[in-house]
This record gives sequence, C-alpha cells and structure tokens, in this order.
Amino acid sequence: MKQQSFLNTESMDRVLIVILFLAAIIVPTANLGFNQDHMLHISSYTVSLLGKYLSLALLALAADLVWGYLGILSLGHGAFFALGGYAMGMYLMRQIGDRGVYAHPELPDFMVFLNWQELPWFWYGFDSLGFALLMVVFVPSLLAFVFGWLAFRSRVSGVYLSIMTQALTYALMLAFFRNEMGFGGNNGLTDFKEIAGFAITADLTRVCLFLLTLFTLIVCLLFCRYLVNTRLGLVAIAIRDAESRTRFVGFNTVSVKLAIFTLSAAIAGIAGALYVPQVGIINPGEFSPLHSIELIIWVAIGGRATLYGAIIGALVVNYSKTMLTGVLPEVWLFALGGLFVLVTLFLPKGLAGIRSKR
Amino acid sequence: MVEETHNFWRVIPVTDSFILGAPIKVTDSEVFKTQYKKPYKKIRINNRLRSQIRLLLAKRGLVNSDPSIRIEAVNTLIKKPDTTLYAVIQERLANEKNADILEKLRLLNAMLALNHPTSKRFESSIEHLSKSLEPSSLTSLNQFLEKHPSHKQALAAVKAIEEKKHLYSLLENGFFGLSMGSVLVLAAIGLAITFGVMGVINMAHGELIMIGAYTTFVIQQLMPQFIGISIIVAIPAAFVVAALVGITMERLVIQYLKGRPLETLLATFGISLLLQQTVRSIFSPLNRTVVTPDWLSGVFTINPVFGLTINRLAIIFFCLVLFGLLWWWMRRSRLGLQVRAVSQNRSMAEALGVNADRVDMLTFGLGAGIAGVAGVALSLISNVGPNMGQGYIIDSFIVVVFGGVGNLFGTLLAGLSLGVANKWLEPFAGAVLAKILLLIFIILFIQKRPQGLFPAKGRAQEMAQ
Repeated sequence: MKQQSFLNTESMDRVLIVILFLAAIIVPTANLGFNQDHMLHISSYTVSLLGKYLSLALLALAADLVWGYLGILSLGHGAFFALGGYAMGMYLMRQIGDRGVYAHPELPDFMVFLNWQELPWFWYGFDSLGFALLMVVFVPSLLAFVFGWLAFRSRVSGVYLSIMTQALTYALMLAFFRNEMGFGGNNGLTDFKEIAGFAITADLTRVCLFLLTLFTLIVCLLFCRYLVNTRLGLVAIAIRDAESRTRFVGFNTVSVKLAIFTLSAAIAGIAGALYVPQVGIINPGEFSPLHSIELIIWVAIGGRATLYGAIIGALVVNYSKTMLTGVLPEVWLFALGGLFVLVTLFLPKGLAGIRSKR
Repeated sequence: MVEETHNFWRVIPVTDSFILGAPIKVTDSEVFKTQYKKPYKKIRINNRLRSQIRLLLAKRGLVNSDPSIRIEAVNTLIKKPDTTLYAVIQERLANEKNADILEKLRLLNAMLALNHPTSKRFESSIEHLSKSLEPSSLTSLNQFLEKHPSHKQALAAVKAIEEKKHLYSLLENGFFGLSMGSVLVLAAIGLAITFGVMGVINMAHGELIMIGAYTTFVIQQLMPQFIGISIIVAIPAAFVVAALVGITMERLVIQYLKGRPLETLLATFGISLLLQQTVRSIFSPLNRTVVTPDWLSGVFTINPVFGLTINRLAIIFFCLVLFGLLWWWMRRSRLGLQVRAVSQNRSMAEALGVNADRVDMLTFGLGAGIAGVAGVALSLISNVGPNMGQGYIIDSFIVVVFGGVGNLFGTLLAGLSLGVANKWLEPFAGAVLAKILLLIFIILFIQKRPQGLFPAKGRAQEMAQ
C-alpha cells in the first residue's frame, strides 16, 4: 500500500525530476558556456523552444489533475492558459513604454492605432510585475471558480461539461478577436522588449526563463503529487470513480471539485505566463478549441492519472510536432489524428501503461 | 465574314447635359471608323453620364409600343423621378391602356405633382404616396415637407411609411433569423441522431458536412454543363458518400468504444483531423466554390423594402423537408422503431431479437448521411474548404444540447429560436457579440436545465449523469 508521505513519490517521478535537473545544468552550460561554432553549443532559439515545451508540459499537468484525478474532461483548459498568458502579455506590453512604433508615451501601439485616448481601466496596475503575477493566478482561478460553481452545483457532468467548457473557450476566443475588447484583437500582444528590466531577447534572460519554467514544473509536479495523496486528493479520486456514492457517503463533492478545478486553472494560468515571454506573442488563437483538445491528447498519450505521464506526453508530442511540421507539414495532422485514434483504441493508459505492463 | 451590327446612340452635348439623338446603325466597323471618325468625338463614359443616358432611354421607353419596355421605363423613372417629365407623364396617363403600367404611372405622377411648381392639389398625391414603399416616395414627401413644414397629411403619410418600413425590417430580420436557424438545424440534425439518439459523441460531425459539400463540388466538376440539376444529383450522392464514411468510422473505431463517451470524443476528434487532412491533400487547402444554379438565385420581391432571397428560402424549405422525412422515419419505419428500442433499453431490445449492432451501424450511417446532405445545402451559402466543418461542430452540439438530447423536435426548435434570437440581437450588439451573448446564455441555461429544453429519455439520459 502506498504511503502518504511528501517524499515518497513514484519512482518515475524521481527519474523525471533527475532528468529535468540534468537539463537544468546541461542546457544553460551548452548555451552560455560554449561559443556559437562549438559542437556542444545550443542556440538561444532552442533554449526558448525547450522552455516552451516545458510550459506546455505544465499545462498538461494541470489538465491531468482534473481529468485524471477528478474525471472532468475539460476541453477549455487552453482558456485558463491563455488568460494567464494575456495577463503576462499585458505586463510585457506596459514595459515597452514609449518605444513602440508610434512612440506614444502612455498607450500601447494597437490602442494608438485604434485612436484610443486613454488606457482602459482593466489595464491599470499591469505596470507592476507583482500585480501582473497576481492576476496570472487570480483571473483564471476566478473564471474557473465561477464556471465550476455554476456547473458543479447543478451537477452538470460528463460530456455535457466537456461541451460547455469547449463553448466557454470558444466564446472567449470570439471575444478576444474583437478589437473593442482592448486586448489587441486579431494580432494579440507582441513586440515585447524587456521583462523585469532585462532585455527579453538576451541569452541570459532566455536561460533564466527556461530555468524558471523548469523549476516551476518540478515544484508543481511535487505539489500535485502531494495533493493527490492528501485526503482531498483521495476524495477527488472517489468522485472520479463513483460520484453519486461519494456524495451519499456524506462528502461535499461540489467543494472538492471546485477546489481542484480552480487550482488546476491557476496552474494553467502560470503555464501561460511562462509561455508568453519565451514565445514572444499571445493572440486569441490560444483560445481556440483545437488547442484545448490537443492538450488532452498529450495527457492521453503520456498516460492519464499519472502526472508524470502528462509531462512526458506533452514533451514527446510537441517535440514531434516541431520535427514533423518542419520536414513534412502535411503529415502532422495525419500523425496527430492517427495518434488520437490509436491511443484511445489500443493504449488506453498511454505510454505509462506500456511501462506498467512489463 | 459577317460583321456584327452595332447600335450606337448619338449623344449630343447641350451645355452641361446631353440629349439622345437618333440611333446610328453600324454594320461595318471599318466604315464607321473611317467615315465617322472626324465629326464624332468619343465621349468618356462616367457614372453621371451613364445615369443620364439611362434616364433618357427611359423617357424614350415610355412611348415604346412594347409594354415590357414601357414598364421597365416607368420603374427606372420611379427610382429617380425627373421633374422635367411632368408634361410627358400627363400625356401618357391619358393614353396608357395597360392597367399595371397605369398604376405605376399614377404613382410617378403623384411624386412629380407633389413638388411641381404649378400643381395645387396635394391631397390626392399624398394619399397616393402614403401607400407606396418606394424610397423615392419618401424622398418626395420629405422634399414637400421642407416647403410646407406643418402639412398634417404629409406628416402622417411619412409616419405611416416609416412605421411600415420598420415592420418590414423586423419581418426581414425574422426571415434572416429563420434562415440562419435552418442552417443551424441542418448542421445539427445529423448530430441529433448520432449524439442525441445513439449517444455517440461524434466530433467528426462537421467533417461529414464538409464531405457532403465536397461531393457537391465534385459533382459540379463532373457535369459542368448541367449546373441546374447538379444540386439535385448531389443530394443522394452526398448522402451515400457521407454515410459510407460514417459506417466505416463506426465499424473501425466507434463500436469498440461503446459506453466510453470521453474516449469516443477523443477518437472521433482524431478522425476529424484525419478527414480534414485527407481532403486538404486531395483538393488543396484553398477554398472551393459551389456554383449556385440559376433557379436558386435571385430575389423574391414582395415590395420595394422587403424581398426574400431565393437560396435562403430554399434552405428553410430544405431544412423542414429533411426534418419531416427524418421525423417520419423515426416514428413510422421499422428501423426507426428498432433505433428507439435500442436507445431506450439495449439488452431488452436484443432479447426481443433486434440486432443492436446492426442497428447501431445503420443509425450512425443515417446520421452521417444526413450530415452529408446538410453539406450540400450549406455549400450554397458558404465557402467549401477543409476547415469548414470546424465552424459547425460547436454550434451543432450547442443546438442539440439546448434542444434536449434525444429529442428531434427539440433540435428543430432550438436551432430556429437560436437563429432568430441571434439575428434580432445583431442590430444592437453586432454579429460577434450576439454570438457570445447566446453562448453565455446557453451556458447559464444548461446550469438551470441540464437536460435542455426537452428532457431526454433512454441511453443519452444515463450518459448525461
């Protein structure tokens, strides 16, 4: 029987964390320690790419927490991710100051372009990194809390809930595409200059962001592992397996679901905030339902309800996506579509399932 | 070599205007070039000249012996009444025999008489104009009101016209709403079978619609000289193609995922990506256009401010017919009975000798086929491209869920009411915001009534729990 202790994580967790630590040593050394022509050099582009994979892995972790341990197939987790990303993007926009194309002392370029006279109220406070970081966690959590409260209270579950989450992210996508919303419309937020005073394209900044993402991922993995072994986590698993029975035994299923759903949205928001400075842009496309459903397949491929599987799945799929779209762009959708079908038919436990069969 | 005969109008400039002279018939362009080069200078045609020439032609047309030319002339003049015509119209009123043309001439006369300096009797003119919805009637009345600002009868007439126009614009919005709702119903109706009745979460539903649309495109390519009947041919073809794709999907994947809705969702989503990419590889990622046949284009004009476009009318009609057929099939046919039996109690139906597996396969094929047929209709009003299915999938699920899973009639009502609501919201909120508002409304509605407008029975109900 499993011990409920903080350090006794599954062996795969430990392997994964060791690998991540090794990456934390090797990647910065290879990028900063060797000059460009050296064989062991890793370009700054690759560093940011790896950082992007890791932030997507964090998003997959958040999705696995609700899908694997709570049984909620959220097709709208991309929305929480994008909201976190937008909060970070707004901070980065404010850091541009008067260095935009129009050199306006106060307003970002797209507002000048739209002939706006003053900053909308919801942009207040984003000059400060602290406030922006608070919003990165707060906005997705609030949305998840309100949405979850409405949905769980009236016992909307299963496929209905999935469709509703999809409608949620779809509605947000349509909304963010509008110029009137004040988030840059179609083009989103981009052209960032610096973060916390450091130039965003500098090698050192990129390495720091990479390391920050990596350690956030490790901390979140450990935290989620701890969480699913607490009493709260065990009740969540009970809800996943037999919701009505758990309710009849006397647990308040609504608050348990709400707590984990909101927490997962917060993690997704953090993932978005780490993603944006490394990719350099956030636009409404991140809200697209396709993006949200794609991340579910990362989790499914890695192995649902394993946590580490979600991370592996996200890294493997995204790496192959970059490879395939570079070499044979038209094959990528065949590969992704085929993966969806084959994994659900033949590998219901994902890659993690192969390991446990041995 | 036979020379074409050209008709040229002699356009004679007079101060700042032009008059039309007698037509020149030119049978030999070479002769024309050499003989007429000097005395006739080519005039550069611009819009002002064009509209003046149109007016002059209309004036000539008024006295033409062919009634169809006369009526066209009057219609042109009604669009743009010219005060210099007053005397001509008076003369025509006395001589015109054709009742339709006479009616129009009276209207034109009323417009001209109202603002003519010599005219004294306004009452009958205003009376006449207040019944007309022509934009120029309102213009003449407003011109009149500038000179006589407190003329009671004229004010009342303007108000009456404005009220009528408002009423018709509401009706027009209602019609657009109904046609938009029909599009929603068409897109959702196949899903009402596969998701609603069978409980299969088919994320590839939009791609089945796309396959139907592409079938229409291919049929038109195969018979380019028979565009008129190509749409009719495309309907059964699209049904068969989409149904075959659907049955293949069911046999290869979906039947193994029975009772695992979330896995079905993922697998069918994968299938949707595969279908999209297949179509993209075969037909290129560019949008294709399906040609609308002549008998489906044009406008059915009821009055000058209210017309129904034929293709939208056809879509409403098509949607209702398809729905009716499906309804009849579910209620009256043997297979429909078996489908309902299997969806209500699978094991009981099997015990009574229903081959549930076969019923599943055929039902899914039917739902897929219907989606393909919907694709034929939708190809007429939107672009046909590999991504077109994605645009319909969320809307379709929303319509089915809103109407109540497993209830065909609910789907019809939900689709139509969402379409009408959307069109009536658009003037206040804009198209995108209207859609967002409706999505939010439905998210809230589902909280209140998780079973939709009409609660479900059978397999779908257990699944929703």
